[in-house]
Amino acid sequence: MTDTPPPLTPILLRAEHISCWRGERPVFAGIDFALGSGAALLLAGANGSGKSSLLRLLAGLLPAEAGAFYWNDAPVAADPEAHRARLAFIGHRDAVKPGMSVAENIEGWATLYRAPPEAGMTALAGFDLDRLADLPARYLSAGQRRRLALSRLLLVERPLWLLDEPQAGLDAAATARLADAIAQHRAGGGIAIVASHGGLDLPASQRLDLDIAHRAALEAARSGDLR
Amino acid sequence: MSVFLALFGREIRLVLRQPGEALLALLFFVLGGAIFPIALGPDPVLLATVAPGILWAMALFAALLSLDRLFQSDFDDGTLEQLALIDLPLAATCLAKALAHWATHGLPLLVVAPVLALSFGLPGAGIAALVAGLALGGPLLSLIGAVGAALALGARRSTAILPLLVLPLYIPALVFGGAAVDSALAGLAVAPHLMLLGALALAALALAPWAAAAALRLALD
Repeated sequence: MTDTPPPLTPILLRAEHISCWRGERPVFAGIDFALGSGAALLLAGANGSGKSSLLRLLAGLLPAEAGAFYWNDAPVAADPEAHRARLAFIGHRDAVKPGMSVAENIEGWATLYRAPPEAGMTALAGFDLDRLADLPARYLSAGQRRRLALSRLLLVERPLWLLDEPQAGLDAAATARLADAIAQHRAGGGIAIVASHGGLDLPASQRLDLDIAHRAALEAARSGDLR
Repeated sequence: MSVFLALFGREIRLVLRQPGEALLALLFFVLGGAIFPIALGPDPVLLATVAPGILWAMALFAALLSLDRLFQSDFDDGTLEQLALIDLPLAATCLAKALAHWATHGLPLLVVAPVLALSFGLPGAGIAALVAGLALGGPLLSLIGAVGAALALGARRSTAILPLLVLPLYIPALVFGGAAVDSALAGLAVAPHLMLLGALALAALALAPWAAAAALRLALD
């Protein structure tokens, strides 16, 4: 699938006929994909086509209306704890506490992820935030806050990255660092699923157009196929 | 366990970093309580009669005042969805947050309650019963409050809804807590009331985290 070296432990993430409703509104229907080690999936589609919803489904934060995800052919829903332990999720909110310093923010997450204490500074360095470590997070710009959120990805190794508009607010240098981090993650055999409106370089990635799945859901709902 | 303790410590640190909110609830308890002796006049018999009810009601209101922030800020800034993904059951996360709320908002009440009780002219036995009741009832208020705060999360106007959800559930604490002080003043046994209060706190300890976690899952949906 990609030209990265063969991964140490091959993994396979499969989605079968995933449908999602939000309240009484169909979001998308009939999504299928399969991703192996080192793969990246770019979620494309208009606002409201369900990119964030699909990522939240994958993270287990939302229940799927129909369909299932499989990790190495075992249904993900059968063991949500194991699934949580293998994913890292970056939503569009940064989960940064303004009252704490940059270092305290990342070190707090390091403990909650059972990462070694020194992992925090390494993760900050990955997004060029180590110089701001002592700054209270309330003084960070939106892009810097985003980089602090993204540095959580580097605290522990998780095979599945779920990124919702990760490059929002980032400057060119930080976007390049993010692309590097994703490339390294894939080279190590990880999977990355990224919702993006462009601006992020994801070489050799698959593309999933949610507009199509969104229209399918609307039509199915109209004809009464779903529910 | 280490993750649980880390989360508990982090919650306490977050409150101490911006202590204004916790101090506000504490000041509200002190000032609100001190208004009554001034308003009702210096009749010692009347004050001793109304003191248990007023002090306990003020403790409930003080708890309510701080509860709407228990999950709301974490919900708004995306921390809650990240906490839902760490290697800790959501119920344990709720327990850690409720216990941290008690440690930062309930424990300080224990310290100032005797001072406030003196302004009502309560004798030593009454003060002891009040403090013992608050010590057992404090965790109860935080645990029940966590359920209410989690339920109110999704709602608009959550600050207005929270008291409506939580106050009815606080009534048992109010009844037994007040009765303990009344009994102490009347020279009757205090222990039965305190034991019931403790039993309620244990029941809340076992049930409230699960209920709060279920409510949080709905809010994260």
